[in-house]
Amino acid sequence: MKLTVNGTEHEVDVEEDMPLLWVLRDELGITGPKYGCGIAQCGACTVHLDGVAAKSCQVWAVDAEGVEVTTIEGLGTPDALHAVQAAWVEHQVAQCGYCQSGQIMLAASLLADTPSPSDAEIDDAMSANLCRCGTYPRIRAAVKTAAAKLQEA
Amino acid sequence: MGRLRTIARRTFLIGSAAVIGGVAFGVYSYRKPAANPLEDGLAQGAAALTPYVKIDADGITLITPRADVGQGAYMVQAALIAEELDVRLDQITADPGVPSAAYYNGTVAAEGFPLAATDDRLIARTGRGAADVAGKLLGLQLTGGSSTVPDAFEKLRVAGAVARATLLKAASEETGVPVEQLSTRDGVVVLPDESTLAYTALAARAAGIAPVQEVALKDPSDWRYIGKEMQRIDIVAKSTGTQEYGIDLKMDGMVHATVKCNPRMGGEMISFDATEAEAMRGVKRVVPITGGVGVLADNTWRAFQAADAVTFEWGEAPYPATTDAMWEEVGASFSAERQDSRFKDDGDVDAMEIALAAEYRIPHLAHAPLEPMTATVLVDGGRLDIWTGTQIPRFMQVNAAKLAGLDAAQVYVHVLVSGGSFGRRLEDDYVLQAVELAMAEPGVPIKLTWSREEDMTHDFPRPLQMARARGAVSDGQVTGFDLGIAAPSVAASQLGRLGQPAMGPDVAIVAGAWDQPYNIPNYRVTGYRVPPLVPVSSWRSVGASGNGFLHEGFLDELIHAAGADPLKERLRLCWHEPSRRVLEAVGEMSNWGEALPEGRGRGVAFTLSFGVPTAEVVEVTATDRGIRLDKVYVACEVGRVIDPVNFDNQVKGGVIWGLGHAMMSELTYSDGMVEQTNYDGYPGLRIYQTPQIEVRALETDALRGIGEPSVPPAAPALANAIFAATGQRIRELPLNKSVDFV
Repeated sequence: MKLTVNGTEHEVDVEEDMPLLWVLRDELGITGPKYGCGIAQCGACTVHLDGVAAKSCQVWAVDAEGVEVTTIEGLGTPDALHAVQAAWVEHQVAQCGYCQSGQIMLAASLLADTPSPSDAEIDDAMSANLCRCGTYPRIRAAVKTAAAKLQEA
Repeated sequence: MGRLRTIARRTFLIGSAAVIGGVAFGVYSYRKPAANPLEDGLAQGAAALTPYVKIDADGITLITPRADVGQGAYMVQAALIAEELDVRLDQITADPGVPSAAYYNGTVAAEGFPLAATDDRLIARTGRGAADVAGKLLGLQLTGGSSTVPDAFEKLRVAGAVARATLLKAASEETGVPVEQLSTRDGVVVLPDESTLAYTALAARAAGIAPVQEVALKDPSDWRYIGKEMQRIDIVAKSTGTQEYGIDLKMDGMVHATVKCNPRMGGEMISFDATEAEAMRGVKRVVPITGGVGVLADNTWRAFQAADAVTFEWGEAPYPATTDAMWEEVGASFSAERQDSRFKDDGDVDAMEIALAAEYRIPHLAHAPLEPMTATVLVDGGRLDIWTGTQIPRFMQVNAAKLAGLDAAQVYVHVLVSGGSFGRRLEDDYVLQAVELAMAEPGVPIKLTWSREEDMTHDFPRPLQMARARGAVSDGQVTGFDLGIAAPSVAASQLGRLGQPAMGPDVAIVAGAWDQPYNIPNYRVTGYRVPPLVPVSSWRSVGASGNGFLHEGFLDELIHAAGADPLKERLRLCWHEPSRRVLEAVGEMSNWGEALPEGRGRGVAFTLSFGVPTAEVVEVTATDRGIRLDKVYVACEVGRVIDPVNFDNQVKGGVIWGLGHAMMSELTYSDGMVEQTNYDGYPGLRIYQTPQIEVRALETDALRGIGEPSVPPAAPALANAIFAATGQRIRELPLNKSVDFV
């Protein structure tokens, strides 16, 4: 099976139904996407498939073939932050941080689709993901900052 | 330095040694400093100036022994050391260090004493001092009880100051310039001619001289970090997917593993059949362990799949098998022989004329941190290495050694960052399972990852609790309050697993209830100890987490029965100035008293826990789709705010934690097994349900932790708001059993 992750093509030999999450984490060593529930409840595993947020615990490896997979590592790096990551740093969103890879990927997808979301649109979209520490107030603020920055760009 | 010089005054042992473990050595071993663990294996030219500061030619490492489970503990600890060491936070590496008695927690044991935070009598002060003695003697290296800041505030600043003074002395020896003419700035010593010597370049010389012990701490007006907004040292890593958690560890030759154990906690495995599982792709072995099996595989998902393919015959639950049966046991516990404590007994509640009586219930709750339990263990020759997130590295080290038949000194604990905890990582069950698996495969690093289902069904939850309350009112005032609380003992359950005896009453059964600063003429709080049911443990804010609801819910009922105003009557009853201030503050913030439109309501609640008086007002609207949370106002008297960002996060996070669980979460048991096996059955608050939260800190010079105190008042403030909006009084959690939420 050939998978393209963060612009790099990988050959993997896995079951067709192995969730993309575990291909990324245990076969390719890409650990930004996290395991939290395995049943699409928490969203810690969120990645982009052709730029759209998807819960990688629900995507079969075979269905990720021929699709551009982007993980948090491919969105931006510590030296070259994506606007959403920069907003997450500016607002110091993370507490334990475990859900934040997924939250950031979800927010980036939201803003690509809806560049200037209303408060209700932010809440609707971001409710797909769970944070146990309760960072929601800062997530709201960071999404708005990121939206403004992306609009300027 | 005042605190260090008063050690002699604080070496009283209160009463008999009713402290964790009940050990009472003499004053001598308390005074004797614990060995500096950094001196083991220190490279040539490196200096371990105190147990908290290590400097070599490559850099400066600050040891931050309290676990970071998301509450920002590394940041706070690093900032305290850096403040006095005079380094920038981007110049240092924070390292949790190794298990060592040097990193004892002298504050957390105080929570085990029945001493109200409002009690400033000598007996209370010496009791808290005894907790410090106990912590040191036992080498109690533990993160919990909102104790990191109060425990660390002076210790870590002194460590930074000692290291700085020693570096100055080394610079003086190196240059011949008297210390008085030297200064420091951002990790360098500055000479009179403005030339500089880096700390890292002075490490080798500093290593050869005795650390300077006479140091003065900075005046607070000179602080550059404490009280200022700082960028968290882990914020970039946590915003880019580059923070490594326990679950992310990669090692050469590592094998992935998972376990499946009897879903009846503590029940035995009678038999299992792994024939199908062992034939599955990538599966290396199925290993029987205590109470179940471990599956070793080349991929975590394959291990999960194979574990699901193992068939089992499980033993019965060693406790009543259903929630209903557990409630029966709890309900039968309001008896003289099960009475555990009566720390509050004012006036004569038996003589009062009862205006109101009610029964309250709160359910078992899981910690369910988003990162499931994981641990990596390597057994190799006479050495055992553990990599994991933990709040109890020393207990774990000892327990792992016992299991593996090694000395504790042969067990090396490498503490990793945790994806949440909320008290879950005060247990080491998952680590001991990984040790069992690693012992079956010597020389191979085994990374154990629990499935969410294993995590939910093998949590040690917050216990269920029942309250029976009676009260009296007269002339528009609350005059009597008699609260009985029945719950299993967290202390007995938890300490039992750590191999420690629990002595005396369990303060957690009544914490946040018996110690509230109200003057009610007839006022009694009684704790009843329910015999052990399912094993239970500490859950964010521990006893107060549920007792806040029991106490403040019923107090609200009585106030309404008296026809009084919930805020004004609490203020009238409250004798403790800091507590009055937070009540007044939330009143002002929320415009308490201003009329709300039909269908909206405000509720107030107050809990003093972990020494922090905290008042919250919740505003709700009853809509045709259910109750909507509009706004929360929080005021707390926290002492000194070290890191304003972290303070804000902890308070708001605690409110969200408290509200979400109160609204929709419970664990129930059927056939001895937890019925909620994932987040679909055990939901948390989502962003769309999260109200705006406004926080005010009332600061004093006191030192308090803030990870927990905002939790207890959240549930009662919400229930009281629902009553104000709808007239419906809810006495059982979760609230969604009684009302719908938007």
